[in-house]
Amino acid sequence: MNAASPIQARVALRYPAFELDVDLQLPAGGVSALFGPSGSGKTTCLRCFAGLERGSQGRIVVDGEPWQDSATGRFVPPHRRPFGFVFQDARLFPHLTVRGNLRYAVLRAVGPTRIDFDEAVQLLDLGDLLERHTDRLSGGERQRCAIARALLTRPRLLLLDEPLAALDEARKAELLPYLERLRDALSIPMIYVSHSMREVARLADHLVLLERGRVQASGAVSDITARTDLAFSDDDQAGVVLLAHCAAHDAEFDLTQVQFEGGALWLPRVACPIGQALRVRVAASDVSLTLEPPRATSILNVLAATVTARRDDSRGRSLIQLDLRGTRLLARVTRRSATLLGLRVGQAVFAQIKGAAVLR
Amino acid sequence: MNADDLTALRLTIALAGITTVLLLLIGTPIAWWLARTRSRLQPVLAAVVAMPLVLPPTVLGFYLLLLLGPHGAVGRLMGALGLGTLAFSFGGLVVASIVYSLPFVVQPLQAAFSSVGEAALEAAATLRAGPWDRFASVAVPLAAPGFLAAVVLGFAHVVGEFGIVLMIGGDIPGATRVLSVAIYDRVEAMDYAGAGRLAIGLLVFSFVVLLTMNWLGAAGATLLGRAVRR
Repeated sequence: MNAASPIQARVALRYPAFELDVDLQLPAGGVSALFGPSGSGKTTCLRCFAGLERGSQGRIVVDGEPWQDSATGRFVPPHRRPFGFVFQDARLFPHLTVRGNLRYAVLRAVGPTRIDFDEAVQLLDLGDLLERHTDRLSGGERQRCAIARALLTRPRLLLLDEPLAALDEARKAELLPYLERLRDALSIPMIYVSHSMREVARLADHLVLLERGRVQASGAVSDITARTDLAFSDDDQAGVVLLAHCAAHDAEFDLTQVQFEGGALWLPRVACPIGQALRVRVAASDVSLTLEPPRATSILNVLAATVTARRDDSRGRSLIQLDLRGTRLLARVTRRSATLLGLRVGQAVFAQIKGAAVLR
Repeated sequence: MNADDLTALRLTIALAGITTVLLLLIGTPIAWWLARTRSRLQPVLAAVVAMPLVLPPTVLGFYLLLLLGPHGAVGRLMGALGLGTLAFSFGGLVVASIVYSLPFVVQPLQAAFSSVGEAALEAAATLRAGPWDRFASVAVPLAAPGFLAAVVLGFAHVVGEFGIVLMIGGDIPGATRVLSVAIYDRVEAMDYAGAGRLAIGLLVFSFVVLLTMNWLGAAGATLLGRAVRR
């Protein structure tokens, strides 16, 4: 990404116990995730976009419009910035019903409409809740209402601050499809703050990794999750997110083939129309390596690859990054195996993929 | 009730009504500032507003008399403008009542504004509401129980004031003789029956006010909350 990036933010903010100093370039469409542990500055970063951090210094440009530029003293107040904001705690107005909360946004919205009241109500299944008081809503319902309310401000950018964090697992699972629908149905770029890799893997197209107020990495989600040198690479959950599509079904053996740039995988049958976009996560621990093509194996997916990076850790493990004609994968093997196989950058190997999860 | 009683009652209601309206206008911005500012001057202004709670009304009345009297700063200004003096007039009584009852309006409002919190106002800002809009559409409805408490307390406190009325207003029938002063008059004139009539009236009034306040504390808040919901 270059200087003409549609969403740019170079922001510095100093608090007594915390310092944020980031330079972000985000794509015009899709979901950009700000990911990191708590205290990494992701929420503060999002609040800077919204103009809710008065003390922030720097320059924020969205769609060619400067929202803030300390060099010229420009600071557009929050209510004049065309974004929608979904807070972690929903922040519905307790003196208004669900309808009242949505109308609050409608009455003040400016700019071209992308979604009208009825569409927002339908998209988030709020039809039966409209006359409800906000204190009679479940956590998931509150967030759906908050998301619809944010959409009705006619935002050019949607900012979501851990919208699932306050919910239990069941509610999270219930709300995630709505967020996917939002991403796929509307052409509004979203910045999504999260500390959950699961959410990021499902939703994000672009991933920014934050740590202690600094950007550690920024790039396409399939590139960043394939890195061996980041904080989460040491995680047992390390794995690559592939943007794939449904390519074929095998009725006889109940299998589905998903295709991605540089290869394809057979998975236990997935109900999806041919051509539908799918996200597939291949855990590093599900990939093993051989130097020779295995002749008789129970493993369905064996792909030729080249080693592009190797990182040994202090727990007897090696993380191997592989290139499959443009797509990267990670494999977690023991350091002993890596050494016995003589794995080094440039080595040709065969990756045996034991399994992959379709994210949805 | 005789004609004098009625005059005193009308005067009391007029004084309390006008004072309460003016106090809401003056007290709301003060309470908003006190609730929201991070200024180091906040405790200073908070103390000034609370002064009438602890000062004897005679002290307050004394200073107001100096200020409003023909030789005081305000008195001279009024004189120069040809408006006559405020001391010993209904207008002077209104001014004194505003000062004296200010904490009874400001403090409930301040508490209510504090409880509205930053979160709701930030949410409103992200929904394109400007500062005035945020105040009117979020802060005021959420602080509605505080407004009600402020009106009831302010009104009742003006009805109950005595010392400051004597100091600044005197005892002029139809102009400054409010109920509390009228009772004092009756007692001085040994008209215990007359004093008793007015006294029982104020007693019942005070009880109803306190009952209303307690009721507002619980059911009132939810009822009022519902009333402003759309």
